[in-house]
Amino acid sequence: MKIGIPRALAYYAYYPFINTFFEKLGLEVVVSDETTKETMDYGIDDTITDACVPIKLFHGHVRSIMDKVDYVLVPRLVSVNREATFCPKFLGLPDMLRCSIADLKNELEVRVDIKQSKLKLFLLCLKVAKQLKKGFFKAYSAYLQALFSFRNYTHQFLQGGIPPLGIVGQHKDKSIRLGVVGYPYMLYDSYLSLDLIRKLISMGVYVVTPEMIPDREKKRQGKKLKKTLFWTFSNNVIRAAYHFFERQDVDGVIHITAFGCGPDFIVDKLMEIDAKNYKMPFLTITLDEHTGQEGLNTRLEAFVDMLKINRAKKEALFA
Amino acid sequence: MRKVSFPYMGTSYIPFEKVLMKFGNEVIVPPKPTMETISFGTKYAPEFACYPFKIVLGTYVQVLEAGADTLVSSGGVGPCRAGLYTTLQEKILKSHGYEFEMITMEPPGRHLRDLIKNVKKLINAKVSFADCIKIGRFAWKELVLLDKAEKLSHKIRPLEVKRGEASRAYKKSIELIADAEKYSDLLEIEREIENLYEKIPKKDMEPIKIGIVGEIYVLLEPSSNLEIEEMLGELGVYVERSMFLSEYVISNALLDLFHIKGDRDAKKMASPYFNEMCGGHGRESVGNAVIYAKRGFDGIIQLSPFTCIPEIVAKSILPKVCEERNMGFMAISLDEQTGKEGLRTRLEAFVDLLYFKKKRRQQLTNNSQLARGLA
Repeated sequence: MKIGIPRALAYYAYYPFINTFFEKLGLEVVVSDETTKETMDYGIDDTITDACVPIKLFHGHVRSIMDKVDYVLVPRLVSVNREATFCPKFLGLPDMLRCSIADLKNELEVRVDIKQSKLKLFLLCLKVAKQLKKGFFKAYSAYLQALFSFRNYTHQFLQGGIPPLGIVGQHKDKSIRLGVVGYPYMLYDSYLSLDLIRKLISMGVYVVTPEMIPDREKKRQGKKLKKTLFWTFSNNVIRAAYHFFERQDVDGVIHITAFGCGPDFIVDKLMEIDAKNYKMPFLTITLDEHTGQEGLNTRLEAFVDMLKINRAKKEALFA
Repeated sequence: MRKVSFPYMGTSYIPFEKVLMKFGNEVIVPPKPTMETISFGTKYAPEFACYPFKIVLGTYVQVLEAGADTLVSSGGVGPCRAGLYTTLQEKILKSHGYEFEMITMEPPGRHLRDLIKNVKKLINAKVSFADCIKIGRFAWKELVLLDKAEKLSHKIRPLEVKRGEASRAYKKSIELIADAEKYSDLLEIEREIENLYEKIPKKDMEPIKIGIVGEIYVLLEPSSNLEIEEMLGELGVYVERSMFLSEYVISNALLDLFHIKGDRDAKKMASPYFNEMCGGHGRESVGNAVIYAKRGFDGIIQLSPFTCIPEIVAKSILPKVCEERNMGFMAISLDEQTGKEGLRTRLEAFVDLLYFKKKRRQQLTNNSQLARGLA
């Protein structure tokens, strides 16, 4: 039996868990290919124009694998912790998909509402395994191995690597450190983000993403907000930004957002105002279906150059 | 004395003003949103902010300039962005140097203690418990009457012989309600409003029926939806809106207190298409469309602010609902563009299509009846 996993949205945040779980259950896991122009075009055809690019890409990825597999995994993320839920588009994703792609008949809808409880996660895994006609013990061992592989993955991030992009580690002695914040499905999709992270690294920048900051630290930063945001990924992003602002251990912060992203209008504005208060250089980059590389390159180069000049000035002052 | 103000939404300012005044506050009534309001809003708000955010922010700037020092608004528990409006608006306005206190009324279900604390801040006069009940009863009756006057105007407008009479009657009834002082006045006014509408000469015909669904602010505030209901009424269409403030208050303030889910019908009806609560009124939009279909409406218009997340989800689903149930569907995204004529052209085309569709259907049924008669 083949299960297809669209390489979009939550995939980038949880793929080690998902992949290992289904592999160990004894299924053949088919992950859709990395995003290309074709995937994007499929997505644009199927969705309404107002939807944001990541949602369009999800539709595109589903279309590109739906004929090759027995099941397509369509997650409905409701909660993974107690304090927040997800963007409404994640909550309504299976419903949207069913109406937008009429000939999709083999979707495997998985409703994830676990509120940070390991037991609930296990019960969910058990339910999925039952749907796929797999036994209890197989499910239990797959669950344990998936959890292990996910832990391994978060550990790699804390060591300064970026596993979704295949970056194992970065040289610590680079001149400029940049906080790059954004949702995992924006940052780590190299087609959508126009390979921004690798570009920055090749410019001699040490990149820090929200996943590289320990969870406990992010939770502590959460108290800076008067009201916790409603969206799990957004909380991650804004807390990481506050961490950078407070510690001042990066030279600047870049926020990557999608055109028309709902939660980000609040996240971005809050960060912009506070970046000013903390005197932190801040750049927002909005991405959409367009693929013009040069405009982005120019802006990144200008930003990095400016930071380099800043740093040289500061060093001259102290020397 | 506190100088209190609040966002402008439809006719809700009439009861709000009276309640706040009776509790011993000076009230600065927000002005009706105009080009100036919107230009303030777009100047300070982020680019992708939804349209209601911009209007409300613009209104805040105007009332703060007029001297308000306390702003009262509603909160929410998400995941719709409206629940975080006040957090961001406070930050934006304070970063531009305005000084004021923001009071956010959270829904009572999860934040009862906060709510009571906030309400206490707004009670600055000695009011006995009996008075509270009296004020509450009066304001509630006003809300209900305002909604009733609006519903009547939707009913009468497509049938009026002389254009504009229903709108005039509606304006008159709002004035009457705004001038009321006592509960007994309101009972009299209710009868008067009914008379006003009854006096209008009417045509005898069956108008095309269109249901309007969508996001609450753009539904309730005519200046944000380019007065679409009036426009449709003048095209001879009976318009029914899925949401009124009094119903919203019941489902979100009262029922929430006892953890009862409001608007149950709409949610149940949405279930084959839309199975998850997604914040805002996305699911209600789909559910109400199904209800309108069952009641034999000819078309659905969905109003949403540009980039509204729950309505984008609903917008992906609604075309399928309307196709399966043989209704026309039109989605309108609203933002700070104010080209009314473009919208009018689109509406005329939509209504024409619905009209011919209806006529053809009637002809078909007539023909089959005729055929049956001959046989």
